[in-house]
Amino acid sequence: MDAKTRFDFKSNIDAALKDQQLRRNLRNAMDILVDKRQAVFPDSDELEQLRAAGNAIKRRALKQLPRLLEQLEVKCSQNGIQVHWAEDTTQANGIVLDLMHRHHATAVVKGKSMVSEEMHLNHFLEEKGIEAVETDLGEFIIQLNHETPSHIIVPAIHKNKDEVAAIFHEKLADTPYTEDVEELTAIARQALRKRFAGTTVGLSGVNFAIAETGTLLLVENEGNGRMCTTAPDVHIAVMGLEKVVEKLSDVPPLLRLLTGSATGQIVTTYVNMITSPRKKGEKDGPKEVHLVILDNGRSRILADPQLRQTLLCIRCGTCLNHCPVYVRIGGHAYGHVYPGPIGKILTPQMEGLERTGVLVTASSLCGACGEVCPVKIPIPDLIRRLRNESYDQEKAAVVPGGGYKKNLAETMVWKGWELANRLPVLNEMGTRMAGAMGKHLPKVGPLKQWTSVRTAPRVARSSLHGRVRKEGVSHE
Amino acid sequence: MNKPTYNPTARERILSRLHASGTRQTAVPDAPLPQEPRLERDEKIERLTALMTAVRTEIHVVEADAWPKKLVELARERGWKRLLYGPKSPIGPEIQAAWSADAKGLPERVPYLQAVKTFKKDLFETIDVAVTSARGAVADTGAVVLWPTPDEPRLMSLVPPVHVAVLDADTIYDSMTAMMTAENWAAGMPTNALLISGPSKTADIEFTLVFGVHGPKELIIIIRK
Repeated sequence: MDAKTRFDFKSNIDAALKDQQLRRNLRNAMDILVDKRQAVFPDSDELEQLRAAGNAIKRRALKQLPRLLEQLEVKCSQNGIQVHWAEDTTQANGIVLDLMHRHHATAVVKGKSMVSEEMHLNHFLEEKGIEAVETDLGEFIIQLNHETPSHIIVPAIHKNKDEVAAIFHEKLADTPYTEDVEELTAIARQALRKRFAGTTVGLSGVNFAIAETGTLLLVENEGNGRMCTTAPDVHIAVMGLEKVVEKLSDVPPLLRLLTGSATGQIVTTYVNMITSPRKKGEKDGPKEVHLVILDNGRSRILADPQLRQTLLCIRCGTCLNHCPVYVRIGGHAYGHVYPGPIGKILTPQMEGLERTGVLVTASSLCGACGEVCPVKIPIPDLIRRLRNESYDQEKAAVVPGGGYKKNLAETMVWKGWELANRLPVLNEMGTRMAGAMGKHLPKVGPLKQWTSVRTAPRVARSSLHGRVRKEGVSHE
Repeated sequence: MNKPTYNPTARERILSRLHASGTRQTAVPDAPLPQEPRLERDEKIERLTALMTAVRTEIHVVEADAWPKKLVELARERGWKRLLYGPKSPIGPEIQAAWSADAKGLPERVPYLQAVKTFKKDLFETIDVAVTSARGAVADTGAVVLWPTPDEPRLMSLVPPVHVAVLDADTIYDSMTAMMTAENWAAGMPTNALLISGPSKTADIEFTLVFGVHGPKELIIIIRK
């Protein structure tokens, strides 16, 4: 394996853990998000009912996925929204670029979209000489600093206000240094209003696409999403193909789960439902609306009944907020677009275990992510599944790169373990040996590393079996 | 004979993979939705007010005929200079009537009559406040519902720093589900439908809540009782 194809997760983690500022920023932020979520769902029975309903709605959507996507396409087309399909991110980027060229656009204003991050769209467009302007405040901050989001909901959460102040002062012309958050926000408002008014193309993601009516639904608080989808002449929406839901009536419960889990809000400032481009007689709104439906490995994930559950995700980010690993290392350490528990299970399935399977090792399997997931994705089970696929002892891996960790030594150890537990003679020998030699547990090799941060187990002189044989069973 | 090679499109390839995925076997558990609230008229006004005020919406409940008076009062008090409105909207004539009665100290009325292309600069740079009607509201989460029309276009509730929406108390529904069902939204959605719960806001820097990011800095709802 060469260093280029396999990122150095361990070094990333080491660096993140040593960054005290980062750890303080993260801890504060995640505690707030966890508390806010708890406050907005005060009744745990009702929350459970809502989660079960959310799970059922998304499962029903996956069950009919091809039909719903076809229906969405038909409805959107009837409404005047032009639908494009992309098998991978290269195709999706190509579609966006082609639309930009057709409108002679040199810039695009962007609402927050994780799929566009998945496409590395900004980078791609920049190479083609097109400026991509992030307009969500958090995204705006990190774009100025040439960073990527560290959280899927609050992308600049690893930065505190002093750092933001320095970035604005340094990167925006004629901007005095200020740590006042209101002033910082006003600076961003001022800088971006000109762009909203003067840019031909706007791009957004999609939170839910409703097959029944051909409607694209977006939630947000800042108004930048509405700006990007209303002020320019052309609106391009990009979505992963799992975003489609069957009916309009599926939306309210999913919205409650999404906004409650993501930011602890009962509803966002805006719920923006777009069903067509500007109609005759209407005075504003884009004249063209395009929807790009992206696969990028999702159809393959769908084919496995257990792994399919990865696609229930509504991208609320609450599994990040509740993850003891994410809270300590932040999003950048994961080295990929989707961090935290959901990223751990999604990324290896998209990019292969060989390159990114190491992500699933960063879990204590505490189960918090599975417990809070608003659509009940059994994330811990899927982490274990991917760990198993990494070794693929049963030769049944379906994820690309399955079995990449398989090695003779470990296979032998497990075979030995299996034998020792099947054959009483071997078991007896084994326990005797452990009893006699236990305190000399190897001080080299993997066990040394294991015990470097853990107390070495103390092995009893004789086995329980042996003692019972000798002393009998005491019932008191 | 050489048959032309069939080159399926991305769409066909994606759909054929999805059809072959066996996803039709996905189990769907039976999971009823939590009980929806059933509120009386006054309770709905109360709940809506409480929730929206909590996210810094300003709410005035007035007698049905008194709303233009309230608007005029607010306009004089806040010193708005240019007020955007839709002359042909359901509330347009009443605004005109109120201004005709006594325009002293009132902002200049700007009608949204032309396509945005020739109006954009004015809209982004000179308008203080826009007044629109609201289609309705949902009480359980606290939001007004707007379906912008040619008479009250989409950017009215977004670009000016202040948005005033006039809401009829009879159109407040218990929930989004109740409203969608009662009005049969599934039969046909408008170009754009919006739920708006407050002025635009962000907490992207250290979770410090700041109002007035890219959308309006103030949202004022006048509820006609």
